[in-house]
Amino acid sequence: MIRFDGVSFTYTGAEMPTLRDVDLEIPEGELCVVVGTTGSGKSTLLRAMNGLVPHATGGRLAGDVRVAGRSTRAHPPRDLADLIGLVGQDPSASFVTDAVEDELVYTMENLGVAPAAMRRRVEDTLDLLGLHELRGRSLRSLSGGQQQRVAIGAVLTAAPRALVLDEPTSALDPAAAEEVLASLSRLVHDVGLTVVIAEHRLERVLPFADRVLLVPGDGAHLRVGSPEEVMVDSPVAPPLVELARVAGWHPMPLSVRDARRVAVPLRVRLSSATHDAHGPPSSATRSTVASLSRVSFAYDEVLALRDVDLSFLAGEIVALMGRNGSGKSTLLELLAGARRPSGGSVQVRGEEPATLSSKRLVKSVGLVPQDPQLLLYGETVADECATSDRESGLAAGTTRGVLDELMAGMPADRHPRDLSEGQRLALALSVVLAHDPPLLLLDEPTRGFDYPSKARLEGILAGLAARGTSVVVATHDVELVARVAHRAVLLADGDVVGDGAARDVICHSPVFAPQVAKVLAPDPWLTVDEVRRALTRTDDLVGRS
Amino acid sequence: MATPDAHVKPPGLAHARRTLHPAAWWAWAAGLAAAAIETTNPVLLLLIAAVVVYVVATRRSTAPWSRSLVVFMRLGLVVIVIRVVVQVLFGYRLAGHVLFALPQVSLPSWAAGVSIGGPITAESLLQAGCEGLRLAVVLLAFGAANSLASPYRLLRCLPAVLYEAGVAVTVALTYAPELVTTIGQVRAARRLRGRPTRGLAGLRGMAVPVLEGALDRSLELASSMDSRGYGRRSSETTTRRWATLATGVGAVLVLVGVYDVLSASAPWWVGIAALVAGVGSLACGVTLSGRRTTRTRYRPDRWQGAEWLVVVSGAAVVTAFSIAGALGIDGLQVSFYPLGLPPVPYLPCLGILLALAPSLVSPTGMSRRGDPAVPATRRRDVATSVESR
Repeated sequence: MIRFDGVSFTYTGAEMPTLRDVDLEIPEGELCVVVGTTGSGKSTLLRAMNGLVPHATGGRLAGDVRVAGRSTRAHPPRDLADLIGLVGQDPSASFVTDAVEDELVYTMENLGVAPAAMRRRVEDTLDLLGLHELRGRSLRSLSGGQQQRVAIGAVLTAAPRALVLDEPTSALDPAAAEEVLASLSRLVHDVGLTVVIAEHRLERVLPFADRVLLVPGDGAHLRVGSPEEVMVDSPVAPPLVELARVAGWHPMPLSVRDARRVAVPLRVRLSSATHDAHGPPSSATRSTVASLSRVSFAYDEVLALRDVDLSFLAGEIVALMGRNGSGKSTLLELLAGARRPSGGSVQVRGEEPATLSSKRLVKSVGLVPQDPQLLLYGETVADECATSDRESGLAAGTTRGVLDELMAGMPADRHPRDLSEGQRLALALSVVLAHDPPLLLLDEPTRGFDYPSKARLEGILAGLAARGTSVVVATHDVELVARVAHRAVLLADGDVVGDGAARDVICHSPVFAPQVAKVLAPDPWLTVDEVRRALTRTDDLVGRS
Repeated sequence: MATPDAHVKPPGLAHARRTLHPAAWWAWAAGLAAAAIETTNPVLLLLIAAVVVYVVATRRSTAPWSRSLVVFMRLGLVVIVIRVVVQVLFGYRLAGHVLFALPQVSLPSWAAGVSIGGPITAESLLQAGCEGLRLAVVLLAFGAANSLASPYRLLRCLPAVLYEAGVAVTVALTYAPELVTTIGQVRAARRLRGRPTRGLAGLRGMAVPVLEGALDRSLELASSMDSRGYGRRSSETTTRRWATLATGVGAVLVLVGVYDVLSASAPWWVGIAALVAGVGSLACGVTLSGRRTTRTRYRPDRWQGAEWLVVVSGAAVVTAFSIAGALGIDGLQVSFYPLGLPPVPYLPCLGILLALAPSLVSPTGMSRRGDPAVPATRRRDVATSVESR
């Protein structure tokens, strides 16, 4: 269906080719997952499939990419629109019209599909993706998951034979992600569609994959194989696979269900082991940095938060969880003083953040928004650091110092837009942390992160907490929560529905439980590292006795 | 003329099925606006405003753009206030009932005719208020067209030859609200860094990220449109060039013709000739492009009896005003020298009332399931859009 013959691709001005000698054949009716670290060339590979690389990006392409026999050399993306559909990372950026139904028919109108056929296909797509309730809605009024499904529907109506998706679930809460992936899997099975998905959160997609395509980066050769084969020694692997490696399971289980079947001996071995001390620091010794008392907030006439009572302690990492639209971002904005509560009071170090001048505000609260680029407007990394020092009246080199501590060796002459997601977040973080605020807020920090960058972020957050900073993270990433959070707060429709040690809150939730917890339930284990340490301890014990 | 289906089916069903063709609403509103330009009589103007508001209130859908009438109302009020303030400060001074006096600034002789300050008369204020009201009512008619039929829908009705231009406008229209969101985000982010959000320094610091974001988004949009088949190769590019040329020339000729006919500065036949040639050229362009296009249209708006009735009711207003003007009926232009109640000319009033017809004959523009009319989903809507910020 999609065929790469000796494809190499070099971006204009780049020294190294991003893709080198790629030979690849993706057969019809297969769900293929593309994995790899950030910057390994996953997106380039995906965009080469429908000709956006090189037609829209420029650069030099050697070799030949064919979709159902049609070469991307002779055909620009628009002439392949009837064969292959591409859904980008940010669905809202790809919308051309303003209403759901118009967006669904846009491609068909361009292709010249007969009106009667259009009517039928719109109805089919609405049913297939469960969009019929939304047909007349404006696109901007939709939630992230709904937007993602509309973006998929908009390319599906053109009846392409292949569908290419770049991180389709990165903005979605676990339930919405499940929903999108389930619809895709149904398309593969019922319609015989070929689907290619690039994804960082492998724990979500791996159970659906027929084949895995590993892009190692640095111009090394691609590896293709069944998920079991590739995952044995893949450098990027979901917690489930890590657990299987620790426990020595063969063959590799790829779904929670398969893992539970083989996990009985492991559960027995672990039953006598003790969990890591992973709880919040004892509140008697720690001081309260921020608190909300009976806080409500309404947009127009809609309550986004209702009578919320929360407090955040020094040295504590708190995860805010809940589906899209549950009020997480609003809560962060209230703490950061960007909004005033409609009722109740928000206190950070005894002051109302919304009343502080911005100069004083940055000294007590730091917020890194979902798109860290918003905080950055320097031409280079060095320029950004220098501006930050100058404008905030800090000693020269303060910001750079913080940055080096967070992530050493960041190229000083790089434009912030050309950094990887992880580097950009580190830069934004250092700009915020240069003021040394006692309260740090992060909104969905791991979007677009691979496992290594996530591990680095986890290290940074743990370090900050150890120094006494109170960290609040709003996130959909349950694995991140499992690894770093001391406490988890669960929001639903503006109410706090759960607040307590992360282990207690997330372990028994069918939606928010991390993979390890699902496999090892009912014992509340959270992470692979924890299991590994527990196993070494018990092995030591066995060895000594 | 009667709507055929209105008689056959019960009105509730027949009307619930579709929305009125957007061009019909815009033509209706244009008729009212044209009438408003013809008069300064506050009675007529307020009557037009009342009709516009009533029809919008009975016929608008619950889509986001439907609320634009309120925006235009506010804009209209601002226009009136500005007009009156300008009159108070700089207006010409004629004799009349002096209400109060401002200190007068004496100007040099070359600035004769302009005055600053001086005695303010009731007559001059009323006159200025009526002129402001005229502009406000024109704005209101435009706002009504906006809230009854989304400009997007109007653009979808463009003939194929204007399709590219239509897409450009659509993208621009979609972009405006995005830009507002981006500016809000950048402002909030600057505050988070303790940087100025106001003043010149704030403006400069914000321009760069906002423009960068805009550029990013347009590149993204361009590649999205490309991969979704926009601008697929059509077989005859020469035909297409001729079609575009014919349409362009036709549009210019029509404009010239309309201007000549209305302004009466050129001989009457020049305007008519330009109009005829322009319409002919436009028709050529549209037919040519219709032949070459490979695009199809999803659920095109249909033009039926109700559309004709709505257009006729709008045209009736202009006709009534024109006849009144030709017959020399008193009261289209009112003068408050001497001060008194304006006369009420019956013919124009009757014409304006005819413009109420759409609220009886047009189908209601909502009530399909899944439309944003359902209150329960609305609440959830706002909550989610809030989170996505």
